[in-house]
Amino acid sequence: MKKTITFTLNGTQINVAADSDQTLLDILRGALCMTGTKEGCGEGECGACTVLVDDSAINACLYPAFEAAGKSVTTIEGIAGTRNRLSIIQQAFVDSGAIQCGFCTPGMILSTKALLDTQPDPSEAEIRKALSGNLCRCTGYVQIIEAVKKAAARWKEKS
Amino acid sequence: MRNFHHIGKATPRPDGPDKAAGKALYIHDLQRPGMLYGKIKFSDLPHARLKHIDTSKAERLPGVRAVITAKNTPEIRFGFLWDNLALKKDKVRQYRDEVAAVAAIDPETAAEAIDLIHVEYEPLPSVFSPHEALQEDAPLIHETDAQGRPRNHNILPLKYHHESGDSDKGKRAAKHIVEGEFSTPLVQQCCMGTAGCIAEFDMNHNLTIWAKTQIPFLAQRDFNRALTDMGLKDRNTRVIVPALGGGFGSGLDTHAYEYIAILLAFQTSQPVKIVYTRREEFAHLSPRQSSRTRIIQGCDPNGKLTFRKVEVLQDNGAYTSWGATYPSVMMMPATSLYHVPNITFDAKLVYTNNTYCQAMRGYGNPELTWALESNMDELAEEAGIDPFEFRMLNRNQPEETTPMGLKVSTCGLKECLETVALKLGWKSRINQGKNRGIGMASLIHVGGGGRIYRSDASGLLLKLDDFANVNVFHGGVEMGQGLHAVLIQSVAEALGVCPDKVFINPTDTGTCPWDVGTHASRGAFMAGNAAILAANKLRSKIFELAEELFPAEVEKNLKKHLKKNPDYMPPDFDIAKASRRDRFDLQEGYIFIKDAPSEPWLRMDLGRLIRAAHFRQQGQMLTAEAFYDPPNELPDFEKGLGNISSTYAFGAQGAEVEVDTETGEVKILRLVAAHDVGKVLNPPGLKGQIYGALAQGIGYALYEELQSKEGKIQNPDFRDYKIPRTHEMDFPIDLEFIETDDRFGPFGAKGVAEPGLVPTAPAIANAIYDAVGVRIRNLPITPEKVLSALQKLKTDGNQRLLP
Repeated sequence: MKKTITFTLNGTQINVAADSDQTLLDILRGALCMTGTKEGCGEGECGACTVLVDDSAINACLYPAFEAAGKSVTTIEGIAGTRNRLSIIQQAFVDSGAIQCGFCTPGMILSTKALLDTQPDPSEAEIRKALSGNLCRCTGYVQIIEAVKKAAARWKEKS
Repeated sequence: MRNFHHIGKATPRPDGPDKAAGKALYIHDLQRPGMLYGKIKFSDLPHARLKHIDTSKAERLPGVRAVITAKNTPEIRFGFLWDNLALKKDKVRQYRDEVAAVAAIDPETAAEAIDLIHVEYEPLPSVFSPHEALQEDAPLIHETDAQGRPRNHNILPLKYHHESGDSDKGKRAAKHIVEGEFSTPLVQQCCMGTAGCIAEFDMNHNLTIWAKTQIPFLAQRDFNRALTDMGLKDRNTRVIVPALGGGFGSGLDTHAYEYIAILLAFQTSQPVKIVYTRREEFAHLSPRQSSRTRIIQGCDPNGKLTFRKVEVLQDNGAYTSWGATYPSVMMMPATSLYHVPNITFDAKLVYTNNTYCQAMRGYGNPELTWALESNMDELAEEAGIDPFEFRMLNRNQPEETTPMGLKVSTCGLKECLETVALKLGWKSRINQGKNRGIGMASLIHVGGGGRIYRSDASGLLLKLDDFANVNVFHGGVEMGQGLHAVLIQSVAEALGVCPDKVFINPTDTGTCPWDVGTHASRGAFMAGNAAILAANKLRSKIFELAEELFPAEVEKNLKKHLKKNPDYMPPDFDIAKASRRDRFDLQEGYIFIKDAPSEPWLRMDLGRLIRAAHFRQQGQMLTAEAFYDPPNELPDFEKGLGNISSTYAFGAQGAEVEVDTETGEVKILRLVAAHDVGKVLNPPGLKGQIYGALAQGIGYALYEELQSKEGKIQNPDFRDYKIPRTHEMDFPIDLEFIETDDRFGPFGAKGVAEPGLVPTAPAIANAIYDAVGVRIRNLPITPEKVLSALQKLKTDGNQRLLP
């Protein structure tokens, strides 16, 4: 049964029709054509579909679309600033060589944002824990962890 | 070493910002108007005759636009030995065999339709072990070959053999001999972006396919052949490569799902997309082959290797891909890692009812090096020589020719081994702590292309526009490895422009020049060399044009300069006379005369030259092409001879581990990777290649195994198929790059994509042995295997002393 749900997506309130068996990922990639959020496994094992719901990182592939009603959802499309400016986290990923095939990157960036929003000065152990649900096959994570550290340092510098 | 403007400097990858913003478009993200979704019905049995396929219910499902089987479509044959069919006709030979497919208006309807297809089978006896498949009474996987000639055994008709010197004589000369059998499992490439394509026909019956491929031009050839099979002779395929989401060898062949999408698109006259789910990717895409290697080596009393015998048996699965040529690469370390005077190498591949296999990063080298470098440590111990000293004693040398005929140019193996020993504290290693140990392993790999086809070439086209932007058209594939960043650097360096003026066009067979494919660590090596050739041609054209246009243009500069600086006295320099093509240079986008005084007005912006060339009568445009084919040879694999690459990459890796003797768990404490890369082109990109390869090497060593039970994949998800996560990579990694400035490499560089995972597993296994005295010979080294070996060590006494 299709039902219209209302939620805030990247700061803007939207209405979208969803089925009870659809996930937030289905709605994002399907009806909303927002393909920045990736589907890597569809089973909550790889983290490629990580988005923020009310500031917590979740796997959109497991998250029922109906659950998003009334909440605030942030996807990779909502991370960059206007006029094509990358955010501090995104720029740190670019600068650190943390991106190869890039398929895990949006999820990694959202997991990083969830971490830095609550812990702006994370230890390496906290970074590893925050990214433990995000799989990457290209980088061995080394430059990704460097990117998160760089983002945290730049954030600190700025504020 | 030469001085470079851009080479060796951190250069951002051009696709980085879009990938960071979620704007890069992968096959999963692409849509075409009217696009349908294809889905495949796979076999329910590992070996059976197909009696009947009932598609009637699926056809009646609303939203279904086509249901196809071998019965209602033309036969499309493919595979390295042409032994595979897009849709299976008479029998199925593996669980993943494609028996039917549907196209529907959405993925859900397509999936529902697939469940409505009913297949009747007549089960056949199956064989899942390569040893059993070799038996005389084993069930035949293929009763005939592609030409219809009867077959009476399961051995692939591919011979890989090498013999040099006299290995029996070498054995007699040996004081110490160690023999062992080593195995490696099925391993999945695990691209984060799964496989998929979109096929679309225009009304002239020409095909466009967006394909997740590493071989756009060979794929074009394959697909054109399929069009002929479909009665569309002389029609063309255009292959467009989207952002790839990882390759790791999975794109080195064309796949049944691609042919099925083509058939469905033609049948429906609509674009058809097929994208694998993760479970389909694990169970229905070809993994890395499993292998069994028997190795025996011996050395004289001084520790010099006297002989080596290697026999490989590989489970090919039910059909052939290019993966059936793994032994062509295995032969390289088997014959050429270390100096060995007497060698035999044989490899056999057999058909079984297991999933058929394909290429994965390293292409046979990690398998063979696993056996070889484990055995080296065992032999060193037998001979009472330190494993590091043993390797140094037998190491490869620059400018040597190996028994296979590999012509080594530069060789940094000595430096790599010394670096690893130094970084690991090899010589001072005492009291490392209980259950801790260190180990090392070396590698040789192709570093200058790898001629496994008749051509090993790469084409490249440069086109200058009005604004002096350099548009690069190249057929190599950026799968994430950083090819395009290196290509930008190479063009900028060789042409003499700034990197931000170089633009790489999307990979498309319709616009890009021919390239044999991105494999064998050849991407940057080929692209770099092709870029140098094309850039040199373009420089000649630019300087030829400058002879004519430069004097007038700088005259204008001078006038402007004088207007601003009325007291300026121009130097006494005859510009017209000096404006000769051989006296010009181009650097950072400016043309100038090499021996002219360095006056700010006495140079010309490249863009001005091009505009002047365009906007006039009888104007001209500036383009240059190059087709680089490296100086290497297609080996004779039956004789095991031929210089497969124009240069070779060497390296060594070391590991320090701690083994928990209660649980059998292996904890890596640190890794050292020292690689002879020729020349570092792009430091962050290079590091990323090695870090990533190390993670795959660690997965190979400790975690990864695609479990197959009677031909059925048991762990088709990331829950049960473990690849390293952040926690498994939580230890210091020391990367050291040895620059040997190779004469064949672009700017001195060698290929680097695969070497990083080649010696990782044996380095870890050797460290485990050093730590607790158990030698694991079957990958992956799971806690269960370690525990059981420790148990055996306790009951059998010191395993260290056993041969």
